[in-house]
Order: sequence, then structure tokens, then C-alpha cells
Amino acid sequence: MNRYPLWKYLLIIAVTVIGLLYALPNLYPSDPSLQITMEDRYKFNGKELENIQTALTAAKIAVKRVDSDKEKLMVRFANTDDQFASVDPIKAALGKHYITALTLAPTTPSWLKSLNALPMYLGLDLRGGVHFLMEVDMKTAIDKSMERYRIELGSFLRDKDLRYLGVIHDGDSLTVKFKDEALRANALEALKREYNLTSSLLNFQEIPNKKGVALKVTLTEVNINNTKRFALQQNITTLRNRVNELGVSEPIIQQQGLERIVVELPGVQDPAEAKKILGATATLEFRMVDEENDPYLAQSSRRTPVGDKLFLERNGNPILLKRKVMLTGDYITGADPGFDENQRPSVTITLDGKGANIFGRETGKNVKKLMGVVFIEHKTELKKLPDGTISKKTTKTQEVINVARIQERLSKRFQITGLDSTKESNGLAILLRAGALAAPVYIVEERTIGPSLGADNIADGRNAVIIGFVFVLIFMAFYYRVFGLVANLALTLNLVLIIAVLSMLQATLTLPGIAGIVLTVGMAVDANVLIYERIKEELRNGVTPQIAIQSGYEKAFSTIADANITTLIAAIVLYGMGTGPIKGFAITLAIGIVSSMFTAIMGTRAVINLIYGNRRIKRLQIGGGL
Amino acid sequence: MNKQKKNQKKQYNFMAYRRFAVIISAVLILISLASLAIRGLDLGVDFTGGSVIEVGYPSTANVDEIRATLEKAGYDASVQSFGSDKDILIRLAPDNDSGNKDNISQKVLEVLQKHTAGVEMRRVEFVGPQIGDELRDQGGIAMLLALAGILIYVTLRFEFRFSVGSVVALLHDVVITLGFFSVIGIEFDLTILAAILAIIGYSLNDTIVVFDRVRENFLKIRKATTEESINTSINQTLARTIVTSLTTLLVLFALFFFGGEIIHGFALAMIIGVVIGTYSSIYVASSSLLMMGVTREALLPPIPDEESEEIEQMP
Repeated sequence: MNRYPLWKYLLIIAVTVIGLLYALPNLYPSDPSLQITMEDRYKFNGKELENIQTALTAAKIAVKRVDSDKEKLMVRFANTDDQFASVDPIKAALGKHYITALTLAPTTPSWLKSLNALPMYLGLDLRGGVHFLMEVDMKTAIDKSMERYRIELGSFLRDKDLRYLGVIHDGDSLTVKFKDEALRANALEALKREYNLTSSLLNFQEIPNKKGVALKVTLTEVNINNTKRFALQQNITTLRNRVNELGVSEPIIQQQGLERIVVELPGVQDPAEAKKILGATATLEFRMVDEENDPYLAQSSRRTPVGDKLFLERNGNPILLKRKVMLTGDYITGADPGFDENQRPSVTITLDGKGANIFGRETGKNVKKLMGVVFIEHKTELKKLPDGTISKKTTKTQEVINVARIQERLSKRFQITGLDSTKESNGLAILLRAGALAAPVYIVEERTIGPSLGADNIADGRNAVIIGFVFVLIFMAFYYRVFGLVANLALTLNLVLIIAVLSMLQATLTLPGIAGIVLTVGMAVDANVLIYERIKEELRNGVTPQIAIQSGYEKAFSTIADANITTLIAAIVLYGMGTGPIKGFAITLAIGIVSSMFTAIMGTRAVINLIYGNRRIKRLQIGGGL
Repeated sequence: MNKQKKNQKKQYNFMAYRRFAVIISAVLILISLASLAIRGLDLGVDFTGGSVIEVGYPSTANVDEIRATLEKAGYDASVQSFGSDKDILIRLAPDNDSGNKDNISQKVLEVLQKHTAGVEMRRVEFVGPQIGDELRDQGGIAMLLALAGILIYVTLRFEFRFSVGSVVALLHDVVITLGFFSVIGIEFDLTILAAILAIIGYSLNDTIVVFDRVRENFLKIRKATTEESINTSINQTLARTIVTSLTTLLVLFALFFFGGEIIHGFALAMIIGVVIGTYSSIYVASSSLLMMGVTREALLPPIPDEESEEIEQMP
């Protein structure tokens, strides 16, 4: 008795082999590396390798190896000091249009890679980097959408010859004014046909007005949700572009909930810079200057001439620009920082076809006249008020950075100046290239882990796992003798399986995740303890060893299942509710529970059967004087 | 006969002391609740919002000097050493960095670097005020959800009174662990919340094992009183309860001493939880079963008694 069928042994062997194979990549340490990629639309010219090597030899930095393929170069170093030191020489050697990123490159051998076996993905708390949680300012998104409808409704009514007195944008509603009810009724019918026929976009409410009557227009629930979803999606795309511009390997940009975006940038050393680029809403607008009216007069009298808008230049001087926007930043496809003939920082802008047409037409009409470039930025401030509520204030700054006379018709490419520093021209170029945010974002959570702390966390975590593991091994061997050794085998396999599953899933390993592994090591033996205590009890009741083994395993099973399922419930709740680090803990705990069921029950039974099964035995080496 | 006797384990009469245990538990819970009500928890930046900056100094750092330097620069910061005397943890209240656009952490680092060369940024955490509030709510909801899920599972597997017993034991453990953190005044952060949820899992694990035995013994030993059955069950599972708690404590101590500063609170919370959980699975869970008047009849399967006993007696 106590024999296991062959297929069970085969299954255990197969699981062990697969587990070992997929856990194996974690034994190969990662190289601190510099990853080099090209900006969009640029390709490697083939001389990079040579240039890098010359530059690094000159800077006396030793390179471990350089891997290259069509899309990226990976320059590997022996230590992080060399890695950091290499950034500037390499950047200088390569010049423009290259993106460099600090990263950890795995040294997984190719035969393992071909099996898709990769090392675990380390969380930011282990590899260092920045984590941002950004909230999209949905009020602004809705506001912008209302503003679009204001313009759209006006031109719609004009086109259809439906007479109205004006459209006012007031908070989250529009008021369309009419002279009398008949005109309003006509307009309402047309508007409903236009906006609410296929799907209901706008709510119309008939309200009285001082002179005549009016329609109050608001967005429908569906429309609001769509607007929000669009703003979120658009922002994710823009943020992804910006992150690519920053040069980060393996970034994570994800939606969280309905209004938030998670951005994780492994290896980023300068969170301030990243924050500035990611959160920035800067864009440009081009408007003509009103050269006939006096801006100082307009400023002091607070009366802006019709069709004009008062702006301030960077030096604080007022300037009158036309209300009509010639071109917005939306048409910009390329922007390169550089210098003008006077060595002032500049940005060379490239427009898409449509933008080039519009801009060509507008500038052609206005040759020899002054044009202003407006730099627009949103800033959101959060403050917790004494009563516990949170106030949100978004301020929009608009400055005229540059005023120049149009010398000739401008079209696809042109240069703007008037920026304070090269840092600003670089930043603006990135923002213009990556596209504008649909609505401002602001950071509601930031976690930055320096590289040294990350390395410490890995070392501490590894130590804790090893020491805890060895403690348990010694204890089990001492307390349960042969059976303890068998349990130790199972525990080791369990650890291998947890690591293998984490590697296969490419789930993120965090420090709390390591705590989860340690905890699982402690709790995984529980199943074996339950079984062994049950066997001892059976032996005490005078049952023969073989029967004791059999009923020990059988009777303990339902207890083990109950106990583990309840812990699994807690782990699932943790995963569902938790954020990053907590999720990591929940994942390792859950994997550990499931794999321990396999190793502790089936695994140990197989070995015990091999040792004791199918022969006459008087005693079991299970400790406790039995 | 002689051999039989040697193999009989010593029986402890746990239930005889249960009134005493009830008093101990009641006192502990009262102290915990009082402390939670009066002192509350020292909630970390995760829950209150604000900034935490960990910096590494090249040599031993002078906490007072750093505090003075920051004060002079206009920051109202709490400064303490963290783990080693080279690591410093700086906490800034949430009001100080509304919006976080002005990069307060960067500025603090610059102030310190100007004062001492070679100061290195190790960690920055900024949590906006609304996130703090949300996490607090979510943490509470997570705990309730976990409890509800467990309540349902235990009701399905056992009986309603058993699930009440296990939840009473859980609440007992959670309240006392929270109380401990309140009395000692250790900062309560997200990892400790995770620990509390893990304690829920662990404590339950322990309770279920005892309950499983109680159920088995109710069905097997027909002549014993409820109290005797429970006592026997606790004794039979005692070795397992102690061994598992010991192995778990072993790894937790490894985490506590070698896992690094960040995981310290987690390990401590778990250690307390495991100790309390072990005690509660013996006394609190079982006592509440007795108090609610659980009887063996309540657990018998819906099929007629005789039939089920025959099944039980089959080898």
C-alpha cells in the first residue's frame, strides 16, 4: 500500500523541471546598462557603435558588452558607477535625435530566452525610479468641451439661418438667447435633430431671459462620461509620447479608475525634470498683433477694443492681440530645440499638412505685420481646507513669448525665439512634439526610490528570505526527522515554484511581495505540520505505520483546504483593493498558497511513499518519540 | 496497556480557564479601544497625505543640526534617524506642499546638500490629501470585505455560529494589534495595513483548524459534552498550533531583523498578530462557540443520524 501511480510521479517531475527552468533566469544577475534608441522617424546610421566606443575609451570607462539590433543599442557595464559616468560622454558622442535611458539589462542566456523564460520584473522599490499617480482635471476637460460647443452651436445656427442673439458659456452650461419663443422653437427643433438624433448629446431646457427667451444647454450624462473617457485616453497617449521623449526603458503608463493615470518610470534619477515634462500643459498659439490701439490705454482703462484680447509679454509689458487664433499647437508634428543667428535659444517648428495650409494662408494675408506667439500653461493647485474638504484651483498663465514681423508667407517649417534658456527650449520642444494634454493633470501621489535604496532593498529582501528559509529548514528537520526533510524538499520546491510563476506571469516583485514570499515559507509548512501531527496521532492510537500515513494525509486534507481557502479569500481582497506594493504582497501570498497545496500534499506524499511505501515498517522517523 | 499509556498525550483542560481568558481578552480589548479612541493611530503619510523624504548621509548624521537647518530654511519638518544613524527620515505636513508642483522634496534635498556635501536622496513619497482619505476608506472597506467573504465561506462550510465565532476571534486579533500600534505609537502605514489583512488570513487559518477538529469530534465522540469535545479538539490540534506559529514566527523574526527598515513595521505587526492569533484560536473562538451554545446536533448532516454514523465508522 501507499503507492502512487506513475502519472503522479511524472506530473511532479514535470512541474519540478518546468519550475526550475523558469526560475533559472533569476540566477543570472542583471547588468547596469544604457539603452540607446532613436527618436521617431530616425534610424541608426551604423556608426554609433564606433562612436560610443571611442568616447568611452577617451573617458576611461570600461564596457562589458554592447548588444545591438535594429531598434536599440544596449551598452552594458560592470557596475552602476560606470553606468552613470557613461551617460554624458555617450550623449555627447551621439548628438541629436538619440534617446538614452538607464536600465537593468538581463543576462538571460539565449536558450532560456527562446523558451520565453525571463527573470522576475522588479518593482520600483527594488530597482529605483519614480512612481506618479496623476489625476486628470475633468472640470477643465468638460469646460473645454463646453467651449467647443459654444463655437459649434453659434456657427450651426448661423449656417441654418436660425436667428439668435448670442451664446454665453457660463460654468458647465451654455445659454443661447433668442428674441422670441417662435425663433427659439425653430432653433430647438433643429438643434435636437442635429445633436440628439442618433445619440443624446445635449440637454436643452427652455428658460426665460431678460430680453426675450433662452435655451439652457448642458451635456448629457453619456456625453460627460464620453468626454471624460476621451480626455483620459488622450492624456494617456500624450503622456506615453512624453515618456518616450524622456527616454525611459520599460515605463508603465496605465489608467487607474476613471480619472487617474499611473506612470512608473524605472531608473529615472531626476524626478523633478520628469514631473515637469509629464505634468506640463504648455502649448502655443499664434495670433496677430493689434497695431492700431494702445495696449497701455487698454490696460489702464480695462477696456479692450472689440476683437482684441489683452496679453502680457514676458517682461510685463501689455500687448493687444487679435481674438482670432491663427494656429494652435495641435498642428505641430515636430519641434527641435536649437539657436537662432544671435545664439538665443529657439525652437524650430514643423507643421502637419493641414496646419501648413492654414498657417500659410494666414501669414500670407499678413505679411509685414506683427505676429505674437502665446505660451499657455495650466497649473493646478490642491489645498486641504480646515474643514477637511479639498479645494482645487487651476490657473492658466498666458504669456507672449515672442513678437515678430512676418517677413514672408510662412508654411511648414519656421523658427520661434524668445525663450529664457536652453532648458526651456528643450522642454517646449518635447511638449510640442508629444502633443498637448486634453486636460491638465496634477500629481496626487509620488514615490521616488533612489537607486541605492533599491539595491539595499533587494539585498535585505534576499537575506530575509534566505535566513527565514534556513531557520524553518533546520526546525523542521530537527522536529520531524525524515518527514521533516521531506517537508523541506517540498518547501524548497514551493519557493522555486513561486519564483517560476512570478517570472512566467511577469508579475511585479516588490518589497512587500518578498515579505509575502517569506510569510508563505513560514505558512507553507503548516500543511505538512497538520499532516504529520495527524500521522503521529494515528500512531498513538495504535494504528500501523502504513495506515497512519494513509489516514494522516486523508484526514488532514479537508482542514488544509479550509484553512488555505480562507487565507486565499483575504489575499484576493487584498489584491482587489490594494495599490501597487500591496498588490505585490497579495500576488505572492496567493501564488504561495496554491503552490504549497501542491508541494506539501502531493509532493511530500510522493516522497514518503517512495521511502516507506510498499514495505513492512515498524517505526516512522517522524520525531516526538514515536 | 503500558505502551498505550505512554502514547497518550497529556490533556490540558483549556476550557476550565476560559473565564480567566475572557477577562484577559476583555481587558486587552478595552485598553486597545480606549487608546484608539483617545490617542488614535499615528497614521503615516499614506493616510494623512504629505511628504516623506529619506536621505542618506556619507557619515553619521546629526539630527538636531538637520532640524535646525530645515527650520532656518522655513520648513516645518519632523526629522528622525531611520534604521542606521546615516539615514534620516524627514516628514512634512500636507499643508506644506499643496499640489506638489513646487517640488518641495527637491528643495529640501538642495538645502541639505548645501549644508552637507554628499547627501543622497534615497526615497521620496508624496501623497496628496485626497489620496490619503481614499486609502483610509479603502483600507476599512478591504477589511470589511475580507471579513464578509470569510463569514460567508465559514457559514457554508460549517454553520453560522462557527462563522460568528471565527469573526469574533478575528476582530479580537485586529483590535488588539491596532491597539498595540496605538499604545506604542508606531507609525501606521500601508504595509502595516497589509499586515493586518494578512493577520486576518492567518488567525482564521488557526481558528479553522481547531473548528475542523471540533466538528469532527462532535460527530465522532457522542457521549462527551460540548465543552469536553472542544477541549479535546484544542488538545489534539495543540502541537500543530504551536509548531506552525513557531515556524511563522521564525521567518517573521528573520524579516524583522534582516528585512530592512521599510518592512520593520510589517514584521512587527505580523509578530503581534500571530501571537494574539494563536491565543485567540484556542480561547476566543472556542469560548464564543460555547457561549453561543453550539451543540453537536447543529452540525449533523441533514440526512438521518444513524446513516451518517455508519459512514463515519467505516474504516
